[in-house]
Amino acid sequence: MKEELQKRIVKGPDGIEFEVEPMRDYFCEAPPTVMPAAYSKIVENLFNWARSESIWILGFGTGCGAIEMRPLMTPRFDAYRYGVQWRPTPRQANLFVISGYLSTKTLKRAIRAYEQMQNPKYVVGLGSCTINGGMYWDSYNTIKRLDQYLPVDLYITGCMPRPEALLQGFEDLKKVIKAGKAEGANDYAENFEWYKANQKQVIHDWDMPDYNW
Amino acid sequence: MLELYNQLKQRFELGELTEQRSDIAFITTDRKQLRSLLLHLRDKEGFTHLVLLTAVDWIEDNIFQLTYLLNNRAEAKDIGLRVMLDRDNASMESIHDIWPTAATYQRELREMFGIDFPDSPGVNDDFILEGWNDIPPYRRDFDTLKYAEESFAQRPGRKTHDPAQYMKQQLYPEKD
Repeated sequence: MKEELQKRIVKGPDGIEFEVEPMRDYFCEAPPTVMPAAYSKIVENLFNWARSESIWILGFGTGCGAIEMRPLMTPRFDAYRYGVQWRPTPRQANLFVISGYLSTKTLKRAIRAYEQMQNPKYVVGLGSCTINGGMYWDSYNTIKRLDQYLPVDLYITGCMPRPEALLQGFEDLKKVIKAGKAEGANDYAENFEWYKANQKQVIHDWDMPDYNW
Repeated sequence: MLELYNQLKQRFELGELTEQRSDIAFITTDRKQLRSLLLHLRDKEGFTHLVLLTAVDWIEDNIFQLTYLLNNRAEAKDIGLRVMLDRDNASMESIHDIWPTAATYQRELREMFGIDFPDSPGVNDDFILEGWNDIPPYRRDFDTLKYAEESFAQRPGRKTHDPAQYMKQQLYPEKD
């Protein structure tokens, strides 16, 4: 385990020494829980409509596909007119676009970022690399199937998909959300052990808590 | 380049000269001479910039080839020095005191090829890989396909076409 995650004695600015145990103090140990739907179908539909019309994307580009998101932010394709925008922190985002190949090193950061996002949250796999490895099918350090490690709501095929394909993907994601089928976060909570086992199988130096948010 | 080679040859024992273009050439040398040769090229001949330091795995001959590529900005010339190392327990003297940037290259070579550079700062730190548990991946005896199949879950149904054959069938189906 990394040195900064080990238990240590810290001296505060007021001169009082206290013990810090980062794994317990800096992270929440509670596993994720399933969020039940609203008490009534019509209310849940209203919520889903609101969620689908404000897709906020985490500004985290994991692979070369991130380059396709830049034209979407700017006037040429202007995704903002569909209620899609990019946010700088996982706390404000509800959609994580895994943009292209995901190396095991980035997967670790992607998992952390995903777990820090608030419910309800969605994952879109962008490009063939997230589906079956794409051109990195025989690479020693990229994962081949994203849905083994994070719950994926939608895939957008292509290598690379054009910005138009992404816009179509966002429209399809809206339909999925409105139909109440974008239950990725609940799926993650329900099959938490399975996802963790898969993640730990490829990340050999696991040095973070099982769930961190 | 031949002129420079002949000049250098008066001072150092050099191997063969490979002239790729009029402005880029490679010289094979042995590891004992490398340091003095690098210093001479940097201080006397104007090759002040280390472009890259990289390795080639000649597994059939059981050697690693290190290439030190230097650039002379004023004359727009490049010269590459090739050093052959024994592949077993490969180890080389560090040149981080001549060019500090070499430390990064040496760290990469340590991780990806397993070539050790004792005394190079931070050479044993993780560079790109995290938690790597196999032989260094750039070595040619590392089977990347086998590793990928064993380590990662695969989605069934993936097909690979030979690009030439596939395009021929798509474009000229009647010829078959």
